[in-house]
Amino acid sequence: MDALMQFILSGFTVGAVYALVALGFTIIYNASDVVNFAQGEFVMLGGMITAFTYAAGLPLPLAGLLAIVITAAVGVALNKLAIEPARGAPVVSLVIITIGASIFIRGVAQLVFDKQLHRFPAFSGDDPIHILGATILPQSLWVIGGAVFVFVGLWAFFTKTLTGKAVLAAANNRLAAQLVGINTNWVMTLSFSLSAAIAALAGVLITPITLVSYDVGVALALKGFAAAMLGGMGNPKGALVGGIALGLMEALTAGYISSQYKEAVAFVVILAVLFVMPQGLFGAKSTERV
Amino acid sequence: MSAHSKWIQIAIVAALVAILPFFFPSGYYYRVGALIFVNALSVIGLVILIGYAGQISLGHAGFAGIGAYSCALAPEYLGLHPALAALLGAVISGGVAALIGRPILKLKGYYLAVATLGFGILVSLVLTNERQLTGGPDGMAVPELGLRDLLRDMGWRVSGGEFWYGVSGIVLVIGVWIALNLAMSPTGRAMRALHGSEVAARTVGIDVARVKLQAFIISAVYASVAGSLLALQNRFITPDVAGFMHSIEMVSMAVLGGVGSILGAMLGAAILTLLPQVLTVFAEYEQLVLGAIMISVMIFLPRGLLPSIANKLKGRDE
Repeated sequence: MDALMQFILSGFTVGAVYALVALGFTIIYNASDVVNFAQGEFVMLGGMITAFTYAAGLPLPLAGLLAIVITAAVGVALNKLAIEPARGAPVVSLVIITIGASIFIRGVAQLVFDKQLHRFPAFSGDDPIHILGATILPQSLWVIGGAVFVFVGLWAFFTKTLTGKAVLAAANNRLAAQLVGINTNWVMTLSFSLSAAIAALAGVLITPITLVSYDVGVALALKGFAAAMLGGMGNPKGALVGGIALGLMEALTAGYISSQYKEAVAFVVILAVLFVMPQGLFGAKSTERV
Repeated sequence: MSAHSKWIQIAIVAALVAILPFFFPSGYYYRVGALIFVNALSVIGLVILIGYAGQISLGHAGFAGIGAYSCALAPEYLGLHPALAALLGAVISGGVAALIGRPILKLKGYYLAVATLGFGILVSLVLTNERQLTGGPDGMAVPELGLRDLLRDMGWRVSGGEFWYGVSGIVLVIGVWIALNLAMSPTGRAMRALHGSEVAARTVGIDVARVKLQAFIISAVYASVAGSLLALQNRFITPDVAGFMHSIEMVSMAVLGGVGSILGAMLGAAILTLLPQVLTVFAEYEQLVLGAIMISVMIFLPRGLLPSIANKLKGRDE
């Protein structure tokens, strides 16, 4: 029972990160119908920039904030330089472009930083907290709390603010949104910066636990993508549930079956879900227009 | 495409394979050439899947992995000759593709992408984790094909590089020939019809699910044979051959050259195989340059290099 609790706690921690990455996928997908495979690189940038600016002497909160701002700027640059010029391109081309962008960002990170593993201290110490016979690191609470904060913040943004509603409108029908005076290009820029900032935040929160290096992005992008798919592409609630579910599946598989095959089980479950419910758990059923 | 242009394309490929060695300053170039041919072979498989049938796969390296590891495992555990092992690998790859193809190919767009990606990752995970069988991440040795000794006994001495250049070149020409014949067959036309519009294809009586499955199986066999050739010529294999990055490389090669054309895709394979060899001079920048190329080709030459260049030459605008 203690072991189960332990697996659930660690599952929630990793799951929260997957959920944040998946939320980033969701925001961009909704605004532009693009699945941004460079999403994992944003997480990496968040961790890397914080680690380096902190090592250079900046206080940790300021280093983290700077990392989030810079990464958001990278997200905007990605949209302006690579996604906007390819508007209307087929899915295959968009997949190649964002994968190219992820390789490019990784290449730059390798040059600007280095190939070593990096970390910075946990926000509130390393003394584990005991819950129901299991232990959890204070940093894990930061991660989970961060995910909850982002989710609630996004919900409020999309339902309570005019800007958020404009994004939803543009996502729903681009042309109609333009007709009522919404600047859809601006909406896309906003979406990319928002999604990059969220991913960077995930990187800042998780690095004290998992460490960061220039090449951690691929795995994170795949997991986040899988989580978004599992929940139903484009659905923020689905991203949250998909991410947590994926994290729990991995932790339980690692604990009870095989730590080597934890990722395999996650993908098997996702494949199974896709076969039974091709739209994911919360995906909208849509009919294809001919 | 006319029968005329089919033979022209095959002649171009065969001529290139035959003539290139005259320009090789050293034996090293045979190895690079053989590598280009092997990559081109798996990329032709993707042309059939992506270019003809319009279905994406981000897990095709999984089939290359099956082909490669067949050549390592079957001789060791079943006592099969490496050539037969390659054949067995192709049969297994085709079988696996047939098995998973139907449910997977019901999915579209990004969903198909993630499902195929999941398949590729599963294969590479098995290869990495079944340590006692596959040697895990360290990889395993692949036995000698033995054909070169046979040639030597017949009094024909060739170096390893020359031999594999020849074998891969011949297999590539055969692969091109099959792909071009397929393009002109009723099945090939059905594939391109469903690429244009699945609904339209269905209304004219095409069994869409069956045609998609055929494209998937054929492309899987191409990838598997390419994987086998790679394993046999390197005499060593690691799970990287089935890895995500290898899948991405394959798709990039196909799209770079032009996914609608066999020759174009081969050009893409050549460029992306040569690039790391050339770029070792400034190895630091390799990833950066590769990424930049992928992005700019997709933006500025969305149909791929060769078709875009061909159109420019004919004086037509895109």
